[in-house]
Amino acid sequence: MADTQKNGAFVEFDRVQKSYDGETLVVKDLNLSMPKGEFLTMLGPSGSGKTTCLMMLAGFETATHGDIRLDGVSINNIPPHKRGIGMVFQNYALFPHMTVAENLSFPLEVRRISKSERKEKVNRALSMVQMQDFAGRRPTQLSGGQQQRIALARALVFEPELVLMDEPLGALDKQLRETLQFEITNLAHELGITVVYVTHDQTEALTMSDRVAVFDDGRIQQLAPPDKLYEEPENSFVAQFIGENNTLDGVVQEISDGICVVKLDSGEVIDAKPVNVSKVGERTRVSIRPERVEINPQLGENAHTLKAEVLEFIYMGDVFRTRLRVAGVDDFVVKTRNRADQVRLEPGSHVQIGWLPEDCRALDA
Amino acid sequence: MTDVTDATTAKSAPTPDDGIRIADAEASGPVLAADGTPLKRSLSRALRMQKLRALALIAPLLIFVLITFIAPIADMLFRSVENDVVAETLPRTTPMLAEWDADSGTPPDPAVFKALYQDIFFAAERKQHTVLGGRLNYEMTGMSSLFRKSGRKVEDMGEVYQDQFEDLNEFWEEGENWNALMGSDEWNAEMAAWDPKGDARQPRFELRDGIEELLPQTSETFSAYAKFIQTVDEDNLAKEDPWAIVYSALYDDLTGPAAARLNDYSGPAAEELRAAAAAVDTFETVDYVAAFQDIDKDWTDPEVWQTIKTYSPRFTNGYFLNAIDMQKSPDGPEMRPENQQIYIKLFWRTLVMSLTITASCILLGYPVAWILANLPARTANLLMILVLLPFWTSLLVRTSAWKVMLQQQGVINDTLVWLGLVDTMDRLVLINNQTGTIIAMTHILLPFMILPLYSVMQTIPPSYLRAAKSLGATNWTAFWRVYFPQSVPGIGAGSILVFILAIGYYITPEIVGGTSGIFISNRIAYHISQSLNWGLAAALGTILLAAVLLLYYAYDKIVGIDNVKLGG
Repeated sequence: MADTQKNGAFVEFDRVQKSYDGETLVVKDLNLSMPKGEFLTMLGPSGSGKTTCLMMLAGFETATHGDIRLDGVSINNIPPHKRGIGMVFQNYALFPHMTVAENLSFPLEVRRISKSERKEKVNRALSMVQMQDFAGRRPTQLSGGQQQRIALARALVFEPELVLMDEPLGALDKQLRETLQFEITNLAHELGITVVYVTHDQTEALTMSDRVAVFDDGRIQQLAPPDKLYEEPENSFVAQFIGENNTLDGVVQEISDGICVVKLDSGEVIDAKPVNVSKVGERTRVSIRPERVEINPQLGENAHTLKAEVLEFIYMGDVFRTRLRVAGVDDFVVKTRNRADQVRLEPGSHVQIGWLPEDCRALDA
Repeated sequence: MTDVTDATTAKSAPTPDDGIRIADAEASGPVLAADGTPLKRSLSRALRMQKLRALALIAPLLIFVLITFIAPIADMLFRSVENDVVAETLPRTTPMLAEWDADSGTPPDPAVFKALYQDIFFAAERKQHTVLGGRLNYEMTGMSSLFRKSGRKVEDMGEVYQDQFEDLNEFWEEGENWNALMGSDEWNAEMAAWDPKGDARQPRFELRDGIEELLPQTSETFSAYAKFIQTVDEDNLAKEDPWAIVYSALYDDLTGPAAARLNDYSGPAAEELRAAAAAVDTFETVDYVAAFQDIDKDWTDPEVWQTIKTYSPRFTNGYFLNAIDMQKSPDGPEMRPENQQIYIKLFWRTLVMSLTITASCILLGYPVAWILANLPARTANLLMILVLLPFWTSLLVRTSAWKVMLQQQGVINDTLVWLGLVDTMDRLVLINNQTGTIIAMTHILLPFMILPLYSVMQTIPPSYLRAAKSLGATNWTAFWRVYFPQSVPGIGAGSILVFILAIGYYITPEIVGGTSGIFISNRIAYHISQSLNWGLAAALGTILLAAVLLLYYAYDKIVGIDNVKLGG
């Protein structure tokens, strides 16, 4: 306990495992530590165990093994209603038989807070989400976005230090989602609360979070700030899952001094930055972001370039998206910004492509 | 066009402005469809086909429901106020009774007795007097036997006159002579031509012209006699001799003002009539009052006449008064004596027990429905079969099984004694009383509570409970403040189903209810099938129906009927 206090960890998962049926582990060895005030997003495909983690933290599921600590205290045996954690649900879970004000006053009532104080706190929470005029409405009379705001206000009204959000914006349209993303992050920072946010939407994760935990197969694949996650994925799952990504399979030929040479399956040789390859002869999957690829590059003498054939050119407004055939791969994508001098490549034409070795990461196969 | 032209300009030729005015006039008129008919009409025509088609589709069911459900119920309800039998069986007596003062303490005039003689005579021929007796017996015991006895003996009363007429002249013995006297010539001719063995219908009797003025009472009586012979008995009128009552009528005519008119009469049997008119003054007369008194001295009891008078209108509230333990009296409705009051107590008991059964169904069904709604679908379906299992067993079998379970030497008592909870000397009385009815009916009606509860609970997402707990509510608070209010529509639907089924239940109380555990429906069934007092049964049923509708209305006002859900 003294250790965790020293580390400044507010929420801590310590070798947590979870199994529903006693045969397979949904969560395999989860270790996670969050400081106070952090906005952490659990991102992953469905079935990756992220929601289970959230439910264990909220107390609706019990960990099969391991310890979950909140502010240094193990909460494994504390029932949900005593944990004091605010939670926003995917379908809002606003009580349909209560008005908005009654919904908000519910957590205060069960805490036996006096009527006048209740009223004041409800009003403050409502004004926080700009919903003061809707206190007397029923949840069914509100739009999805309004309901989500109320759900947020309800999770915050009793001033919890930790708020959990389970895909809260999943059911909203894109524009509303973006507005609310912004509002939620702002509120969280203003109030200084710690937030664990679950989503399968990577844009949401990247734009909102201080740190993102990418979940797959019951494990955290990478836990890093958004920029690092995007630019320096630690394995091929993260590289694939976050943003758009080109991959080429091959074998490591040389490793030296932060640069490795990879011989692709098609025979070409390229430079890459070794991330989780360690020895010569290992199979690897190199990953290059579409916007880091240059067409007809001037990179210098010893840089490797590849021949490519243009298959498709898509005009997307701010960017051009060009699909190429490279090293036998048909779905190699290059994104170029729509600049005045940008060339629009004709399908069927042949070009040279290349990149800086540090933008090309040799990951696990 | 001239209509549209502005009169003040007084131009004879159309101007460009006229075109605009015409367009305006059209725009303010009805919107037209493409073929020029008003849009409203063409829309309703288009919809009419759809409506007709929809109506045709439901018509078989609609007709079926109307014929087999609504019509019988309406007829049954109508019986609760219908009271034709007295006025129809005693058509002459009841109008005369209207003038009799029921409070006088004396029986009515001799004229009423005479009318009664005629009415009962005809009723006895049609065997209707027993029906009337049965009807009046509901109101006053002894009426049934009084009318049966009177019907038997009333035949003899007229025979005094018949014998005297026949002694006077053998002419009066023969039915043929009567037919010739009373019937028209054409009818007599037709009768002569009619072959009784053939297929042709017997010519219907027609009165001779002028005979009605001459012998009014005889005409009426004879017509009734003829009609009865021809249509009810379907006998040959030519071969029949008139009933004794015809002679009484003739005697009345001849002693009355008709006698004077005989002088001008020249039709058939004129001589015989004049001879009879001359002789009737010496006839022995019949004292109807004394004759009825001879049959039964109850006929001089004003109470008998009061009862007849009270129930002579064609519609009565008597059944309804009876159904709420009241009775008609000369001074208006009054409560029955204490020891005869039964129905209000029964209604009240039915209501209280139905509510008890509904409440115990909620108590037992709610947890079951909750478990069903929260189990995985596969297990829930399996358990649902157990809930539905009673539906596949005969009601009678289930109720009889409760007899085995609940009786004093039954399974439950044996178990309790074995466990030492109950002494074998004072085993619990669980059956043939209210307890038995409540236990058995709760069991039988439980599925009707569980099913709507289950389907409503299924629609309550588990995230509500989680949300409540995450907001700091204990399990109980989360349930009571969040889950329970949302399951109320299911309770409402289940309660209405169970309550309405319970309040009209019949078989189970009959079998396990003994005397203290029966419902009003058992009494209704008794009046339908045993006492045959359908009017009272109908009145009880009407009150029950009204009570249910009233409760339904109250429920709608208090809880709101749109707050009732059977699912979804």
